[in-house]
Amino acid sequence: MTHTHDASGTPSLPEATPPVSSFTMLVTLGGAGAIVGLAIVLVYIWTLPSIERYKGGILRGAVAEVLREPARTDTLFLVNGTLVDHRPAGDADRPIERVFAGYDTAGTPVGYAVAATEVGFSDPIEMLFGYEPRTHALLGLKILVSKETPGIADKIEKPPFLEQFKRLVAPLTGTKTATPAHPGDVVMISGATISSRAVIRGITKAIDRWQPLLDAYAAQHARN
Amino acid sequence: MHDLDSLHAAPSGPSTAPPFQDFAKGLWKENPVFAQMLGMCPTMAITNSVTNALAMGLATTFVLLGSGVFVSIFRKRIANEVRITTYILIIAAFVQIADMGLEALMPVSHKALGPFIALIVANCLLLARQESFSARNSVGRSALDALGMGIGFTFGLSVVGTVREILGQGTWLGLRVMPASFEPWVIMNLPPGGFFSFGFVLLGLAWWHDRRTRRAALNLRVARPSTEPLLERAV
Repeated sequence: MTHTHDASGTPSLPEATPPVSSFTMLVTLGGAGAIVGLAIVLVYIWTLPSIERYKGGILRGAVAEVLREPARTDTLFLVNGTLVDHRPAGDADRPIERVFAGYDTAGTPVGYAVAATEVGFSDPIEMLFGYEPRTHALLGLKILVSKETPGIADKIEKPPFLEQFKRLVAPLTGTKTATPAHPGDVVMISGATISSRAVIRGITKAIDRWQPLLDAYAAQHARN
Repeated sequence: MHDLDSLHAAPSGPSTAPPFQDFAKGLWKENPVFAQMLGMCPTMAITNSVTNALAMGLATTFVLLGSGVFVSIFRKRIANEVRITTYILIIAAFVQIADMGLEALMPVSHKALGPFIALIVANCLLLARQESFSARNSVGRSALDALGMGIGFTFGLSVVGTVREILGQGTWLGLRVMPASFEPWVIMNLPPGGFFSFGFVLLGLAWWHDRRTRRAALNLRVARPSTEPLLERAV
Protein backbone atom coordinates (compact mmCIF):
# COMPACT_ATOMS: atom_id res chain seq x y z
CA MET A 1 0.00 0.00 0.00
CA THR A 2 1.57 3.31 -1.07
CA HIS A 3 1.17 6.62 0.73
CA THR A 4 1.33 10.00 -0.97
CA HIS A 5 2.53 13.31 0.42
CA ASP A 6 1.20 16.72 -0.48
CA ALA A 7 3.36 19.83 -1.03
CA SER A 8 3.62 20.58 2.69
CA GLY A 9 4.96 17.09 3.33
CA THR A 10 1.92 15.95 5.36
CA PRO A 11 0.94 12.36 4.68
CA SER A 12 -2.37 12.09 2.88
CA LEU A 13 -4.81 9.19 2.68
CA PRO A 14 -3.46 6.09 0.95
CA GLU A 15 -4.39 5.45 -2.65
CA ALA A 16 -7.50 3.33 -3.03
CA THR A 17 -7.03 -0.10 -4.57
CA PRO A 18 -8.70 -0.20 -7.99
CA PRO A 19 -11.86 -2.34 -7.85
CA VAL A 20 -11.69 -5.76 -9.42
CA SER A 21 -13.95 -6.09 -12.42
CA SER A 22 -16.87 -8.50 -12.43
CA PHE A 23 -15.31 -10.22 -15.41
CA THR A 24 -12.13 -10.97 -13.44
CA MET A 25 -14.14 -12.48 -10.61
CA LEU A 26 -16.15 -14.59 -13.03
CA VAL A 27 -12.99 -15.77 -14.76
CA THR A 28 -11.43 -16.68 -11.41
CA LEU A 29 -14.39 -18.71 -10.22
CA GLY A 30 -15.19 -20.18 -13.64
CA GLY A 31 -11.59 -21.10 -14.33
CA ALA A 32 -11.11 -22.73 -10.94
CA GLY A 33 -14.41 -24.58 -11.31
CA ALA A 34 -13.52 -25.81 -14.78
CA ILE A 35 -10.09 -27.11 -13.75
CA VAL A 36 -11.23 -28.89 -10.59
CA GLY A 37 -14.37 -30.13 -12.36
CA LEU A 38 -12.24 -31.75 -15.04
CA ALA A 39 -10.05 -33.32 -12.33
CA ILE A 40 -13.12 -34.77 -10.59
CA VAL A 41 -14.48 -36.25 -13.82
CA LEU A 42 -11.12 -37.84 -14.65
CA VAL A 43 -10.76 -39.35 -11.17
CA TYR A 44 -14.37 -40.58 -11.34
CA ILE A 45 -13.70 -42.35 -14.63
CA TRP A 46 -10.49 -43.80 -13.23
CA THR A 47 -11.94 -45.07 -9.95
CA LEU A 48 -15.38 -46.25 -11.14
CA PRO A 49 -14.31 -49.74 -12.32
CA SER A 50 -12.55 -50.45 -9.01
CA ILE A 51 -15.53 -49.22 -6.98
CA GLU A 52 -18.01 -51.25 -9.05
CA ARG A 53 -15.78 -54.32 -8.81
CA TYR A 54 -15.53 -53.99 -5.03
CA LYS A 55 -19.28 -53.48 -4.58
CA GLY A 56 -20.02 -56.41 -6.90
CA GLY A 57 -17.64 -58.61 -4.91
CA ILE A 58 -19.28 -57.62 -1.63
CA LEU A 59 -22.75 -58.38 -3.01
CA ARG A 60 -21.70 -61.73 -4.52
CA GLY A 61 -20.09 -62.72 -1.22
CA ALA A 62 -23.19 -61.70 0.72
CA VAL A 63 -25.52 -63.63 -1.61
CA ALA A 64 -23.38 -66.75 -1.28
CA GLU A 65 -23.28 -66.35 2.51
CA VAL A 66 -27.01 -65.91 3.11
CA LEU A 67 -27.91 -68.71 0.68
CA ARG A 68 -25.30 -71.04 2.26
CA GLU A 69 -22.97 -71.34 -0.72
CA PRO A 70 -25.37 -72.41 -3.49
CA ALA A 71 -24.03 -74.14 -6.60
CA ARG A 72 -25.48 -71.44 -8.83
CA THR A 73 -27.27 -68.10 -8.45
CA ASP A 74 -29.55 -66.25 -10.85
CA THR A 75 -30.60 -62.63 -10.71
CA LEU A 76 -34.35 -61.99 -10.87
CA PHE A 77 -35.59 -58.56 -11.89
CA LEU A 78 -38.83 -56.95 -10.77
CA VAL A 79 -40.50 -55.70 -13.96
CA ASN A 80 -44.12 -54.48 -13.97
CA GLY A 81 -44.90 -56.23 -10.68
CA THR A 82 -43.53 -59.59 -11.84
CA LEU A 83 -40.21 -61.31 -11.26
CA VAL A 84 -38.43 -62.17 -14.50
CA ASP A 85 -35.06 -63.82 -14.96
CA HIS A 86 -33.70 -61.39 -17.51
CA ARG A 87 -33.33 -57.63 -17.68
CA PRO A 88 -35.67 -56.00 -20.25
CA ALA A 89 -33.90 -55.28 -23.53
CA GLY A 90 -32.78 -51.70 -24.03
CA ASP A 91 -33.07 -50.97 -20.31
CA ALA A 92 -29.50 -51.61 -19.30
CA ASP A 93 -28.85 -48.40 -17.37
CA ARG A 94 -32.03 -48.08 -15.32
CA PRO A 95 -31.73 -49.43 -11.76
CA ILE A 96 -34.17 -52.32 -11.29
CA GLU A 97 -35.04 -54.00 -8.00
CA ARG A 98 -33.56 -57.49 -7.82
CA VAL A 99 -33.56 -60.65 -5.79
CA PHE A 100 -31.11 -63.49 -6.19
CA ALA A 101 -32.24 -67.09 -6.58
CA GLY A 102 -29.92 -69.84 -5.39
CA TYR A 103 -29.85 -73.43 -6.72
CA ASP A 104 -28.15 -76.60 -5.56
CA THR A 105 -26.11 -78.88 -7.80
CA ALA A 106 -29.30 -80.64 -9.04
CA GLY A 107 -30.79 -77.30 -10.09
CA THR A 108 -33.35 -77.26 -7.29
CA PRO A 109 -34.05 -73.82 -5.81
CA VAL A 110 -32.64 -73.47 -2.28
CA GLY A 111 -33.92 -69.99 -1.56
CA TYR A 112 -33.73 -66.33 -2.45
CA ALA A 113 -31.45 -63.55 -1.26
CA VAL A 114 -33.59 -60.48 -0.58
CA ALA A 115 -32.37 -56.97 0.24
CA ALA A 116 -34.02 -54.89 2.97
CA THR A 117 -33.49 -51.43 4.44
CA GLU A 118 -34.82 -50.11 7.72
CA VAL A 119 -33.99 -47.06 9.83
CA GLY A 120 -31.96 -48.01 12.89
CA PHE A 121 -30.72 -45.94 15.82
CA SER A 122 -28.24 -43.87 13.79
CA ASP A 123 -29.01 -44.35 10.12
CA PRO A 124 -30.72 -46.74 7.73
CA ILE A 125 -29.47 -50.32 8.09
CA GLU A 126 -29.07 -52.11 4.75
CA MET A 127 -29.18 -55.88 4.92
CA LEU A 128 -29.47 -58.99 2.77
CA PHE A 129 -31.19 -62.13 4.01
CA GLY A 130 -31.71 -65.59 2.62
CA TYR A 131 -35.32 -66.77 2.52
CA GLU A 132 -37.15 -69.91 1.50
CA PRO A 133 -40.70 -68.73 0.62
CA ARG A 134 -42.30 -72.18 0.67
CA THR A 135 -41.42 -72.93 4.31
CA HIS A 136 -40.98 -69.28 5.40
CA ALA A 137 -37.56 -70.25 6.75
CA LEU A 138 -34.70 -67.79 6.96
CA LEU A 139 -31.38 -69.09 5.69
CA GLY A 140 -29.03 -66.36 6.85
CA LEU A 141 -28.51 -62.63 7.32
CA LYS A 142 -25.75 -60.24 6.32
CA ILE A 143 -25.65 -56.57 7.32
CA LEU A 144 -24.35 -54.64 4.33
CA VAL A 145 -24.38 -51.06 5.62
CA SER A 146 -24.76 -49.96 9.22
CA LYS A 147 -23.68 -46.93 11.20
CA GLU A 148 -25.06 -48.18 14.50
CA THR A 149 -23.28 -47.23 17.72
CA PRO A 150 -19.81 -48.82 17.85
CA GLY A 151 -19.29 -51.17 20.75
CA ILE A 152 -23.02 -51.59 21.45
CA ALA A 153 -25.36 -51.69 18.49
CA ASP A 154 -22.77 -52.77 15.94
CA LYS A 155 -23.23 -56.23 17.46
CA ILE A 156 -26.03 -56.67 14.89
CA GLU A 157 -23.20 -57.23 12.39
CA LYS A 158 -21.51 -59.91 14.46
CA PRO A 159 -21.96 -63.71 14.52
CA PRO A 160 -23.76 -64.21 17.86
CA PHE A 161 -26.66 -62.13 16.61
CA LEU A 162 -26.48 -63.18 12.96
CA GLU A 163 -26.20 -66.92 13.61
CA GLN A 164 -29.77 -67.17 14.92
CA PHE A 165 -31.13 -66.05 11.53
CA LYS A 166 -30.01 -69.38 10.08
CA ARG A 167 -32.74 -71.26 11.94
CA LEU A 168 -35.64 -68.81 12.22
CA VAL A 169 -39.06 -69.12 10.66
CA ALA A 170 -41.16 -66.09 9.77
CA PRO A 171 -43.03 -64.25 11.22
CA LEU A 172 -40.29 -62.82 13.42
CA THR A 173 -40.72 -61.29 16.85
CA GLY A 174 -38.12 -59.83 19.17
CA THR A 175 -37.53 -61.34 22.58
CA LYS A 176 -35.28 -60.40 25.48
CA THR A 177 -35.07 -63.91 26.92
CA ALA A 178 -31.96 -65.92 26.19
CA THR A 179 -33.95 -69.08 25.38
CA PRO A 180 -36.52 -68.33 22.66
CA ALA A 181 -39.80 -70.24 22.89
CA HIS A 182 -40.96 -69.93 19.28
CA PRO A 183 -39.21 -70.55 15.95
CA GLY A 184 -39.71 -66.88 15.01
CA ASP A 185 -38.24 -65.44 18.23
CA VAL A 186 -35.17 -63.26 17.69
CA VAL A 187 -33.02 -62.77 20.79
CA MET A 188 -32.36 -59.04 20.78
CA ILE A 189 -29.09 -57.43 21.82
CA SER A 190 -29.13 -56.09 25.34
CA GLY A 191 -28.76 -52.30 25.20
CA ALA A 192 -29.40 -52.23 21.46
CA THR A 193 -33.05 -53.18 21.13
CA ILE A 194 -33.74 -50.31 18.72
CA SER A 195 -31.18 -51.68 16.26
CA SER A 196 -32.36 -55.26 16.84
CA ARG A 197 -35.98 -54.27 16.24
CA ALA A 198 -34.96 -52.37 13.10
CA VAL A 199 -33.44 -55.54 11.67
CA ILE A 200 -36.56 -57.56 12.55
CA ARG A 201 -38.82 -54.86 11.10
CA GLY A 202 -36.76 -54.62 7.91
CA ILE A 203 -36.91 -58.38 7.29
CA THR A 204 -40.63 -58.55 8.13
CA LYS A 205 -41.50 -55.72 5.72
CA ALA A 206 -39.38 -57.29 2.98
CA ILE A 207 -41.03 -60.68 3.44
CA ASP A 208 -44.50 -59.09 3.36
CA ARG A 209 -43.60 -57.41 0.11
CA TRP A 210 -41.69 -60.18 -1.66
CA GLN A 211 -43.59 -63.29 -0.51
CA PRO A 212 -46.40 -63.02 -3.12
CA LEU A 213 -43.90 -62.15 -5.85
CA LEU A 214 -41.69 -65.12 -4.98
CA ASP A 215 -44.71 -67.43 -4.74
CA ALA A 216 -45.88 -66.31 -8.18
CA TYR A 217 -42.40 -66.78 -9.65
CA ALA A 218 -42.10 -70.27 -8.09
CA ALA A 219 -45.53 -71.25 -9.44
CA GLN A 220 -44.64 -70.01 -12.92
CA HIS A 221 -41.26 -71.74 -12.72
CA ALA A 222 -42.98 -75.02 -11.73
CA ARG A 223 -45.39 -74.77 -14.68
CA ASN A 224 -42.52 -74.28 -17.10
CA MET B 1 -2.37 -1.37 5.74
CA HIS B 2 -4.42 1.47 7.05
CA ASP B 3 -7.39 1.77 4.72
CA LEU B 4 -10.76 0.06 4.67
CA ASP B 5 -9.56 -2.32 1.97
CA SER B 6 -7.47 -4.03 4.62
CA LEU B 7 -10.70 -5.38 6.11
CA HIS B 8 -11.23 -7.46 2.99
CA ALA B 9 -7.65 -8.27 2.13
CA ALA B 10 -5.65 -11.27 3.21
CA PRO B 11 -2.76 -10.45 5.54
CA SER B 12 0.36 -10.08 3.47
CA GLY B 13 3.87 -11.42 3.81
CA PRO B 14 5.44 -14.62 2.57
CA SER B 15 7.26 -16.88 5.00
CA THR B 16 10.86 -15.88 5.71
CA ALA B 17 11.65 -18.96 7.78
CA PRO B 18 13.98 -21.66 6.43
CA PRO B 19 12.01 -24.08 4.22
CA PHE B 20 12.44 -26.95 6.68
CA GLN B 21 10.84 -24.81 9.35
CA ASP B 22 7.73 -24.49 7.16
CA PHE B 23 7.49 -28.26 7.25
CA ALA B 24 8.50 -28.87 10.86
CA LYS B 25 6.27 -26.32 12.55
CA GLY B 26 3.12 -28.33 11.84
CA LEU B 27 4.54 -31.47 13.39
CA TRP B 28 4.69 -30.16 16.94
CA LYS B 29 5.04 -26.42 17.62
CA GLU B 30 1.93 -25.49 15.60
CA ASN B 31 0.37 -28.95 15.58
CA PRO B 32 -3.19 -28.57 14.21
CA VAL B 33 -4.74 -30.77 16.91
CA PHE B 34 -2.72 -30.01 20.04
CA ALA B 35 -1.62 -26.41 19.45
CA GLN B 36 -4.08 -24.84 17.00
CA MET B 37 -7.11 -26.90 18.10
CA LEU B 38 -8.36 -27.17 14.53
CA GLY B 39 -10.29 -30.09 13.05
CA MET B 40 -11.92 -31.05 16.34
CA CYS B 41 -14.89 -32.73 14.65
CA PRO B 42 -12.88 -35.61 13.15
CA THR B 43 -10.69 -35.68 16.26
CA MET B 44 -13.74 -36.60 18.34
CA ALA B 45 -15.70 -38.55 15.76
CA ILE B 46 -13.44 -40.98 13.98
CA THR B 47 -10.63 -41.66 16.45
CA ASN B 48 -12.25 -44.78 17.93
CA SER B 49 -9.51 -46.76 16.20
CA VAL B 50 -5.98 -45.99 15.03
CA THR B 51 -6.78 -47.31 11.55
CA ASN B 52 -9.61 -44.81 11.15
CA ALA B 53 -7.40 -42.02 12.53
CA LEU B 54 -4.63 -42.84 10.04
CA ALA B 55 -7.06 -43.05 7.10
CA MET B 56 -8.67 -39.72 8.00
CA GLY B 57 -5.24 -38.13 8.58
CA LEU B 58 -3.94 -39.33 5.23
CA ALA B 59 -7.08 -38.19 3.40
CA THR B 60 -6.79 -34.75 5.04
CA THR B 61 -3.08 -34.60 4.19
CA PHE B 62 -3.89 -35.34 0.56
CA VAL B 63 -6.51 -32.58 0.46
CA LEU B 64 -4.16 -30.15 2.25
CA LEU B 65 -1.35 -30.91 -0.18
CA GLY B 66 -3.48 -30.82 -3.33
CA SER B 67 -5.39 -27.67 -2.49
CA GLY B 68 -2.29 -25.95 -1.08
CA VAL B 69 -0.28 -26.55 -4.24
CA PHE B 70 -3.24 -25.56 -6.43
CA VAL B 71 -3.87 -22.33 -4.54
CA SER B 72 -0.18 -21.49 -4.53
CA ILE B 73 0.15 -22.00 -8.30
CA PHE B 74 -2.76 -19.67 -9.02
CA ARG B 75 -2.31 -17.30 -6.07
CA LYS B 76 -1.53 -14.32 -8.29
CA ARG B 77 -4.51 -15.05 -10.54
CA ILE B 78 -7.13 -15.46 -7.82
CA ALA B 79 -9.06 -12.22 -7.37
CA ASN B 80 -8.93 -11.11 -3.75
CA GLU B 81 -12.68 -10.49 -3.56
CA VAL B 82 -13.56 -14.09 -4.41
CA ARG B 83 -10.59 -15.83 -2.86
CA ILE B 84 -12.48 -17.55 -0.02
CA THR B 85 -15.08 -18.91 -2.46
CA THR B 86 -12.32 -20.10 -4.75
CA TYR B 87 -10.43 -21.79 -1.90
CA ILE B 88 -13.59 -23.60 -0.77
CA LEU B 89 -14.25 -24.71 -4.34
CA ILE B 90 -10.73 -26.08 -4.68
CA ILE B 91 -10.85 -27.78 -1.26
CA ALA B 92 -14.25 -29.34 -2.01
CA ALA B 93 -12.94 -30.70 -5.30
CA PHE B 94 -9.94 -32.33 -3.64
CA VAL B 95 -12.18 -33.79 -0.94
CA GLN B 96 -14.33 -35.33 -3.66
CA ILE B 97 -11.22 -36.74 -5.31
CA ALA B 98 -10.01 -38.12 -1.96
CA ASP B 99 -13.44 -39.65 -1.35
CA MET B 100 -13.47 -41.46 -4.69
CA GLY B 101 -9.80 -42.46 -4.41
CA LEU B 102 -10.30 -43.86 -0.91
CA GLU B 103 -13.40 -45.78 -2.00
CA ALA B 104 -11.47 -47.31 -4.88
CA LEU B 105 -8.20 -48.02 -3.08
CA MET B 106 -9.17 -48.50 0.62
CA PRO B 107 -12.87 -49.46 0.56
CA VAL B 108 -12.87 -50.85 4.10
CA SER B 109 -11.50 -47.62 5.57
CA HIS B 110 -13.84 -45.64 3.34
CA LYS B 111 -16.79 -47.53 4.78
CA ALA B 112 -15.53 -47.04 8.34
CA LEU B 113 -15.07 -43.28 7.92
CA GLY B 114 -18.50 -42.91 6.34
CA PRO B 115 -19.75 -39.34 6.03
CA PHE B 116 -16.72 -37.85 7.75
CA ILE B 117 -14.70 -37.88 4.53
CA ALA B 118 -17.12 -35.43 2.94
CA LEU B 119 -16.94 -33.34 6.09
CA ILE B 120 -13.23 -32.72 5.48
CA VAL B 121 -14.53 -29.76 3.46
CA ALA B 122 -15.69 -28.19 6.71
CA ASN B 123 -12.35 -28.75 8.46
CA CYS B 124 -11.19 -25.21 9.22
CA LEU B 125 -7.55 -26.35 9.10
CA LEU B 126 -7.78 -26.50 5.32
CA LEU B 127 -9.15 -23.02 4.77
CA ALA B 128 -6.78 -21.64 7.39
CA ARG B 129 -3.69 -23.00 5.60
CA GLN B 130 -4.83 -21.71 2.19
CA GLU B 131 -5.61 -18.28 3.58
CA SER B 132 -2.62 -17.86 5.85
CA PHE B 133 0.10 -19.69 3.92
CA SER B 134 -0.50 -21.02 0.42
CA ALA B 135 -2.01 -17.75 -0.83
CA ARG B 136 1.27 -15.92 -0.27
CA ASN B 137 4.01 -18.50 -0.59
CA SER B 138 5.71 -20.45 -3.35
CA VAL B 139 4.54 -23.89 -4.45
CA GLY B 140 7.47 -25.62 -2.73
CA ARG B 141 6.92 -23.88 0.59
CA SER B 142 3.16 -24.49 0.38
CA ALA B 143 3.74 -28.19 -0.24
CA LEU B 144 6.11 -28.37 2.74
CA ASP B 145 3.64 -26.53 4.96
CA ALA B 146 0.77 -28.79 3.85
CA LEU B 147 2.81 -31.94 4.40
CA GLY B 148 3.93 -30.80 7.85
CA MET B 149 0.41 -29.82 8.90
CA GLY B 150 -1.04 -33.02 7.42
CA ILE B 151 1.45 -35.27 9.18
CA GLY B 152 0.96 -33.30 12.40
CA PHE B 153 -2.81 -33.70 12.07
CA THR B 154 -2.43 -37.44 11.41
CA PHE B 155 -0.15 -37.71 14.44
CA GLY B 156 -2.67 -35.86 16.63
CA LEU B 157 -5.54 -38.10 15.52
CA SER B 158 -3.41 -41.21 15.98
CA VAL B 159 -2.47 -40.28 19.56
CA VAL B 160 -6.14 -39.85 20.52
CA GLY B 161 -7.01 -42.98 18.50
CA THR B 162 -4.34 -44.97 20.37
CA VAL B 163 -5.81 -44.07 23.76
CA ARG B 164 -9.36 -44.87 22.62
CA GLU B 165 -8.61 -48.11 20.82
CA ILE B 166 -6.51 -49.56 23.64
CA LEU B 167 -9.05 -48.70 26.32
CA GLY B 168 -12.15 -49.20 24.18
CA GLN B 169 -11.22 -52.42 22.41
CA GLY B 170 -8.02 -53.65 24.04
CA THR B 171 -6.24 -53.53 20.69
CA TRP B 172 -3.85 -51.26 18.80
CA LEU B 173 -4.08 -51.23 15.01
CA GLY B 174 -6.24 -54.32 15.40
CA LEU B 175 -3.58 -56.25 17.38
CA ARG B 176 -4.50 -57.31 20.91
CA VAL B 177 -2.35 -55.49 23.45
CA MET B 178 -4.42 -55.91 26.60
CA PRO B 179 -4.83 -59.21 28.49
CA ALA B 180 -7.87 -61.34 27.72
CA SER B 181 -9.28 -60.50 31.15
CA PHE B 182 -9.43 -56.79 30.22
CA GLU B 183 -12.99 -55.53 29.99
CA PRO B 184 -13.19 -52.90 27.21
CA TRP B 185 -14.44 -49.45 28.19
CA VAL B 186 -17.41 -49.12 25.85
CA ILE B 187 -17.60 -45.36 26.42
CA MET B 188 -14.25 -44.98 24.64
CA ASN B 189 -15.93 -46.15 21.42
CA LEU B 190 -18.62 -43.51 21.76
CA PRO B 191 -18.31 -39.76 21.10
CA PRO B 192 -17.89 -38.94 24.84
CA GLY B 193 -14.81 -41.16 24.77
CA GLY B 194 -13.33 -38.78 22.20
CA PHE B 195 -13.81 -35.84 24.55
CA PHE B 196 -12.38 -37.74 27.53
CA SER B 197 -9.35 -39.01 25.61
CA PHE B 198 -8.61 -35.68 24.00
CA GLY B 199 -8.98 -33.91 27.35
CA PHE B 200 -6.58 -36.31 29.07
CA VAL B 201 -4.05 -36.04 26.25
CA LEU B 202 -4.18 -32.22 26.48
CA LEU B 203 -3.89 -32.42 30.27
CA GLY B 204 -0.82 -34.62 29.95
CA LEU B 205 0.75 -32.26 27.41
CA ALA B 206 0.03 -29.21 29.59
CA TRP B 207 1.56 -30.94 32.62
CA TRP B 208 4.64 -31.92 30.60
CA HIS B 209 5.01 -28.42 29.18
CA ASP B 210 4.57 -26.81 32.58
CA ARG B 211 7.16 -29.10 34.16
CA ARG B 212 9.63 -28.39 31.37
CA THR B 213 9.14 -24.63 31.74
CA ARG B 214 9.62 -24.80 35.50
CA ARG B 215 12.78 -26.86 35.17
CA ALA B 216 14.22 -24.49 32.58
CA ALA B 217 13.47 -21.54 34.84
CA LEU B 218 15.01 -23.32 37.82
CA ASN B 219 18.17 -24.10 35.87
CA LEU B 220 18.41 -20.48 34.80
CA ARG B 221 17.94 -19.30 38.37
CA VAL B 222 20.77 -21.55 39.59
CA ALA B 223 23.04 -20.32 36.81
CA ARG B 224 22.16 -16.60 37.27
CA PRO B 225 20.95 -15.94 40.83
CA SER B 226 20.97 -12.13 40.33
CA THR B 227 18.02 -12.34 37.93
CA GLU B 228 15.68 -13.85 40.50
CA PRO B 229 12.91 -11.21 40.46
CA LEU B 230 12.64 -11.41 36.67
CA LEU B 231 12.53 -15.18 36.74
CA GLU B 232 9.89 -15.27 39.40
CA ARG B 233 7.68 -13.25 37.13
CA ALA B 234 8.40 -15.66 34.31
CA VAL B 235 7.53 -18.67 36.44
